[in-house]
Amino acid sequence: MGSGGGKGTRAVASHDEDTTTLGVEAARLALRSAPAAHAHPDSLWFSTSSPAYLDKTNATAVAAALRLPPEVPAYDFGGALRSGIGSLVSAFGRTDTTLVVAADLRDGLPTSADESAGGDSGAAVLIGSGDDTLADLVATASATDEFTDRWRAPGERNSKLWEERFGENRYLALGADVFTRALSVAGIDASDVGCLIVTGMHARAVTGLRKKLGLDESAIADDLTATVGQSGTAHPLLVLAASLESLSAANTPAGTNIVLVHLADGADALVLRTTTALAQWQPVRPVAEQIAWGADLSYSKFLAWRGQLQPEPPRRPEPARVSSTAAHRSEDWKFGFVGSRDRSSGAVHLPPSRVSMEGGAVDDMEPLAMSDAMGTVVTSTIDRLAYSPSPPIVFAIVDFDGGGRYPVELTDVDAAEISAGSRVEMTFRRLFSADGIHDYFWKARPVRQAATAGADQDKGGTA
Amino acid sequence: MGSHGIRDQVAIVGMGCTPFAEHWDKGLDDLIVDASTAAFTSAGVQKDDVDAFWFGTAQSGMSGIALARPLQLHNKPVTRVENYCTTGSEALRAAAYAVASGAYDVAMAVGAEKVKDSGFQGLNANNPPNDGTARTLTAAAMFSMVAPAYGQKYGVDEETMADVLASISVKNHYNGARNPRAQFRKEITKETARKSPRLAGTLGVFDCAGVADGAAAAIVVRAEDALRYTDKPIYIKALSFAAGSGSGLIDPGYDYTHFPECEAAAADAYLQAGITDPRRQLAMAEVHDCFTPTELVLMEDLGFAERGTAWKEVLAGTFGLHGELPINPDGGLKSFGHPVGASGLRMFFECWLQMRQEAPADRQISTVDRGLAMTHNLGGYPGEMVSFVSVVGTALD
Repeated sequence: MGSGGGKGTRAVASHDEDTTTLGVEAARLALRSAPAAHAHPDSLWFSTSSPAYLDKTNATAVAAALRLPPEVPAYDFGGALRSGIGSLVSAFGRTDTTLVVAADLRDGLPTSADESAGGDSGAAVLIGSGDDTLADLVATASATDEFTDRWRAPGERNSKLWEERFGENRYLALGADVFTRALSVAGIDASDVGCLIVTGMHARAVTGLRKKLGLDESAIADDLTATVGQSGTAHPLLVLAASLESLSAANTPAGTNIVLVHLADGADALVLRTTTALAQWQPVRPVAEQIAWGADLSYSKFLAWRGQLQPEPPRRPEPARVSSTAAHRSEDWKFGFVGSRDRSSGAVHLPPSRVSMEGGAVDDMEPLAMSDAMGTVVTSTIDRLAYSPSPPIVFAIVDFDGGGRYPVELTDVDAAEISAGSRVEMTFRRLFSADGIHDYFWKARPVRQAATAGADQDKGGTA
Repeated sequence: MGSHGIRDQVAIVGMGCTPFAEHWDKGLDDLIVDASTAAFTSAGVQKDDVDAFWFGTAQSGMSGIALARPLQLHNKPVTRVENYCTTGSEALRAAAYAVASGAYDVAMAVGAEKVKDSGFQGLNANNPPNDGTARTLTAAAMFSMVAPAYGQKYGVDEETMADVLASISVKNHYNGARNPRAQFRKEITKETARKSPRLAGTLGVFDCAGVADGAAAAIVVRAEDALRYTDKPIYIKALSFAAGSGSGLIDPGYDYTHFPECEAAAADAYLQAGITDPRRQLAMAEVHDCFTPTELVLMEDLGFAERGTAWKEVLAGTFGLHGELPINPDGGLKSFGHPVGASGLRMFFECWLQMRQEAPADRQISTVDRGLAMTHNLGGYPGEMVSFVSVVGTALD
């Protein structure tokens, strides 16, 4: 409201992103940097406090975008800010490979501290066993406590808070308790902790606990609140991924103890120990790199994207709701961006086609997954008249490396930076919503080199 | 197998065309009655003299009843036709084939569209339920990609291209200013065209067809019967149609500088009509100038200019009202707007007026003695298009 204020930045999901698309983005990065043995998870768990759907599972769309086979169970762990850390802890108890995904969009009333301190992020951690893990679980400790510090009634977008000192008092005690117990189980002292991560929505409690635990400053991980903002359910996973990346980049010796403490309706602590594989790890798009890509966003646009401000729309009809039956028939195409390739002519069809455009072969196509293909802009335009939740639409004809052309909307884009020859990659987005049904599909965005623009933070890692 | 055409078998003996405008006081039925009544009068027939009807409308009505009810046709064969922006042309093609087949003696094509009841800008498609992955771009955005592609391929810089496109707009407005049926009746300057607000890519308001309501109608009979209705019938020399497979959208070989569907339709029409040098044999052509780059590219697709040279011909005035080959002497879609079901028949109406030397004096072309005129329609987008071409003439061969 023109008052400015606050230090640092926060990450904002674009108008075409929600927790499901952030989750997809993070999970794609996690799987791309995972050892081959773990690239096909046995389970997918998705946690968020700001789900795109209630009743309907959101993890199914994540699974479809990742093209996980139907045998893979995909479950939501929803609602509470403790669900992300809860699914992470639970996944460690399993013997097979679990893809733990969490994402949140944090809202607050305009100009509130929650609004400016919040952040939007998606994070994914692949949990499995074997000699190729980046870090191994050594110990966990939990403390559950029923008290009302932060709450939100179903249907409301903004949290309410009890008087701050109460929660601070509770969380300091709970955090210190789980920290002590976890270290005891792990058989280490506080001085053996090489990396301490403390997260939670209660900023004073988080800061206070870090101080209270008395670790050396060099062991305290950047909790990303000054850059990404506090991203709720996803935050402990996000900071864990970023910390693993930092330790890997700094060639920290194997055997470093990482302690992750999350404060939410109690406290949870995990002790992880890095392995020799960490130094060799090549993370795709480290968090630090994504933060560096951040672009400025006006406050009015932020409010419009969050539905807090209703700007004048183009005088064009809004799209009709997506047909569930049609969407289900084309699940591979719509969610997975899977086209087809004619076995005889090699012609690539986007969307897939039964009859070939070259040679006319019928039903002689093989599926062709295109979501990871990079492409080059042939020509582009700006549509100032078409319906969009955030006009204007930037649109391009894209030729993919290895064959195939698709005319596609661009996103996370400054129209001025696009010209023939621009390089783009595909990203899973929400095109619009009608009748409460979200239209998920793929868009293209410019391929970022380090230190160019980008608005969101998505991160993955293996642990 | 083969496309043989119906050259000289069918004649247009009466036509009607409403003004194209924002008809706030007229509904679809009013427009249908106005255009049809004018066509009956023009041919000197009553509605009961017509044996069969084809009604073209893209979105304003469903089934033949949308025509039968307002005209109160009793148990006649009435068929609704839809084929994107070529809808009106398709109604005439069907009526002409029906007569040529011998099935009917007198047939009628009516095209009408009530666009301005939607409350939205531009034309809007009512898509069937779908999976939500189809493009939602406007036609303006899809066609806007043609200009830079053409400029790049043929070395036309942005400044020159802007001048070329403005010239097309200025020419069509000049013609429309002389047409009492046109929606826009004001001449414009290149400066006006070039400074207009941008809608898509480099295309401004004056690069885009207007949006109007309108209707037009034609009555066709066997050629040998034509003189019983009028002493100046317009004979059908060719009717051709090409529907693309849509593969241009996903074919890396397509470069957005030409419309293969239009080239194919033109080639077939010229074969049917025996035309070998369209630029010199045609007296005029009505083409689908939905956007200025469309008209530019069509000059090459339809064989009026060599590849890569149309922009020079435009600047030289070749296609002006008194140029070597007048294009859109009625003002085109630019001046008329585009009531989709009516536009194709509106083009025939201009041929009807011009070739019978009944256009207003300040708009009458001087090339009528060549004896042949063309209409061209397209619907869809670059890469995914339908195209219609007709050739009509003043005399039997």
